[in-house]
Amino acid sequence: MSDTTLDQTAEIPETGVVQTPAQEATAKLKELHPNIVSDDTREGYEGLIVYADSIAEVARTLRDDLGFNYLSSVTGVDYIEEGKLEVVYHLYNISRGGGPVVLKAQVDRDAPVLPSLVPVFPGADYQEREAYDMYGFHFQGHPDLRRILTWDGFNGHPLRKDWKEAFYEEDYKPFGSRWPDGSVFRAEERNPYGKNVKYPPGWVPTGDEYDVETDVYLGLSYSRDATPGLKTDKVTVNLGPQHPSTHGVFRMVVTIDGETIVDLKPVMGYLHRNHEQIGERNTFNMNMPYTDRLDYLSSMSNNLGYAITVEKLFDLSVPERAEWIRILMVELTRICNHLWALGFLLNDLGALQTPMLYYYLERELILDFFEASAGSRMMCNFMRFGGVAYDLPDEVRGTPTMKFLEELIYNRLPRVLEQGDVLMTGNEIVKARAIGVGILSPEDAIAMSAAGPLLRASGVPYDVRRAEPYSYYEYLDFDVAVRYNGDIYDRYLIRIDEMRQSLRILEQVLPHLKRTTGAPVFGEKPQYALRAPRAGEAYGRVENPKGELGYYVTAKRRGGNPERYHVRAPSFINLTTLGPMSRGHKIADVVAILGSIDIVLGEVDR
Amino acid sequence: MYGLGIVKGMGVVLRHFIQSYVDDLKWAGKGGRYYNDEAFQVRQGPYGEGVKTVFYPEEKLSTPERFRFVPFLVTDDPPPGQRWGHDWCTSCGICAKVCPPQCIWIERGKQPNGRPKPEPEKFFIDIDLCMNCGYCAEFCPFDAIKMDHDYELASYDRSSAHIHDKERLSKPLSYWREIAPKKAEAEDLARQMAEAAKAKKKDKDGEAREERLAEAVSRQLYYQGLQY
Repeated sequence: MSDTTLDQTAEIPETGVVQTPAQEATAKLKELHPNIVSDDTREGYEGLIVYADSIAEVARTLRDDLGFNYLSSVTGVDYIEEGKLEVVYHLYNISRGGGPVVLKAQVDRDAPVLPSLVPVFPGADYQEREAYDMYGFHFQGHPDLRRILTWDGFNGHPLRKDWKEAFYEEDYKPFGSRWPDGSVFRAEERNPYGKNVKYPPGWVPTGDEYDVETDVYLGLSYSRDATPGLKTDKVTVNLGPQHPSTHGVFRMVVTIDGETIVDLKPVMGYLHRNHEQIGERNTFNMNMPYTDRLDYLSSMSNNLGYAITVEKLFDLSVPERAEWIRILMVELTRICNHLWALGFLLNDLGALQTPMLYYYLERELILDFFEASAGSRMMCNFMRFGGVAYDLPDEVRGTPTMKFLEELIYNRLPRVLEQGDVLMTGNEIVKARAIGVGILSPEDAIAMSAAGPLLRASGVPYDVRRAEPYSYYEYLDFDVAVRYNGDIYDRYLIRIDEMRQSLRILEQVLPHLKRTTGAPVFGEKPQYALRAPRAGEAYGRVENPKGELGYYVTAKRRGGNPERYHVRAPSFINLTTLGPMSRGHKIADVVAILGSIDIVLGEVDR
Repeated sequence: MYGLGIVKGMGVVLRHFIQSYVDDLKWAGKGGRYYNDEAFQVRQGPYGEGVKTVFYPEEKLSTPERFRFVPFLVTDDPPPGQRWGHDWCTSCGICAKVCPPQCIWIERGKQPNGRPKPEPEKFFIDIDLCMNCGYCAEFCPFDAIKMDHDYELASYDRSSAHIHDKERLSKPLSYWREIAPKKAEAEDLARQMAEAAKAKKKDKDGEAREERLAEAVSRQLYYQGLQY
């Protein structure tokens, strides 16, 4: 099997006719940097292995000469057997679309030092910090290399394969203690509170907050203003973590001059549970319900992203009806999510509760449909590898399903969008608060790896559904919504546009659902213990309501668990833009700017 | 005109305000809009208008058949005078193996000679850990574990009440038929057909063949069952 895969990859450049942008760029890169760049020849792997010290140079060539100007994902992988840590970069071509150029830089496990990509791609900022936090990479030239998801007194780097959590039982699930001689215990009984924490050497947990927080404040500018006759200080204020405007437990450290923002730094990780570490203990199947908990407002989309990735890895195909059901679910999720996002954005702008609750009336119906089809309103756990869990239900709230969907798609959802327009779009207060505030230029948006509505509201019509179509999106007729001003108001409008496009898609999906009634929704009977048919990696991405959601999964041959399970979380990376967008605006605007990014802390903190 | 947007918006609010009373009037002669099952159905359905509030706990939303909450174990309908019938669980351990948060503990029964018996001796689910994903019910080959619809599990003390043992988990088949009639019926049919296929083939072929066939039939029925 390995031979055939190798042959295929070798053949494509020779024919030279249907080269994708990524293949072109890869070939050129090998020409330009022959000594630095080499093919990743491991079985099942793709992309280029780059000499670690030259990674920034190669990235610059890709950005400036080859058009790969969008750094989507940066993540580490621990290959403990080879004694290596690897950083994997996925870069995309914004203008031409298509697949990624994958770069990999390998460093020694004991001295993981490599140059930072932040000077080339500012969007690498948080992801590199995350990689540092999880693996201990030292990115030289990174402006602010601190832990981001765990706290400063955290011991070790949790995603390294030799790190063990406090409640460690075994490397992989299922645990042997559960069956056949399972006697129940609580993990915290074995390892009681107070004894389950280890501190790094030299760390004194004094409880003196200042020590911990110095680093956070250091980067902010604190200068005394020397205006003659007027004594003003710049003040640093913490917005959050417990603050109604932050949509969860999220903290913004803000330096203000009067009411104007001088500098802003987000602090996150309060909801961190190391989703990826849990994911690497889990079997492939077990991760599906965990993905629900990432962006808990759009669990269906998260499911889809993960299902697509594992299907790539396992070479599974999906029956037609299942694909249509998937699109139905995902687009309903998009509407659901945007209704929520708009409700909260308007909430943040001062239209307290009213528009939000009007939007929720319809959202409730979508959730009812999810509950009837998946069994749960929000934690759907609906997609499976090679299909979906169930066919559509017979009826939803006493109405036949198709009738329910038709009423929803042709009648109620268009009506609520219409009503929302009348209620809020023309509202002078909303306009005054939103127009011209929090502007993100298209160049910045691309450089900072912004994704989803945030990117498209800045005039970059990039949508994964069009750029690298998955499922049946290439057969569907819809426009990529785009707005050009990049302010809060455009980010408000683009979500309405996107919902209208989603409705267009849904209208096209309904006849297909009727046509395929009774067809199977699953290729084979689901297996409870799936094993990877081959060693290798897969990167799958979907256009989540909040932006590009990517999963990077690697597996060993016949392995039942992913060796590496990484989530490229759009909310998390979109936050890179928060600081630059807020500078020069008032405190009240920051709240609205954050609302317009639309984050969910379940996904930011993972 | 400046301010027109706000006025128009207020119009929408006014419409909603009036609408809530219009719907009240509609149901005035028919037993009222609240605490009335029929009105409640319409109110929560796709054609409902006006205020959607559910007056919990007097009013409760019906749970669809696929609704999933903390699992329970299916037993035969109990003979008169007893609380439980025979366990369906064979303690094969698949549920414990698929469980994502690993919240299921099973102690397999033992025969006097020490060999395993296809019955659980003990069965625990830590409902604090359970994430209601439904995998155990989905992958159980014996229809012996099902997701419950009873979501009112709040209690004052988590240390004593949140680990469910076999007694607490076991519920008779009639309960499952009650909460998910269509699904239960489809499963019944699937079991019957699998049995019939098994009996038919018993004379001719070896055991492996039987199992394969029963598997094929149950797979076919599995798809039919997916509709419910």
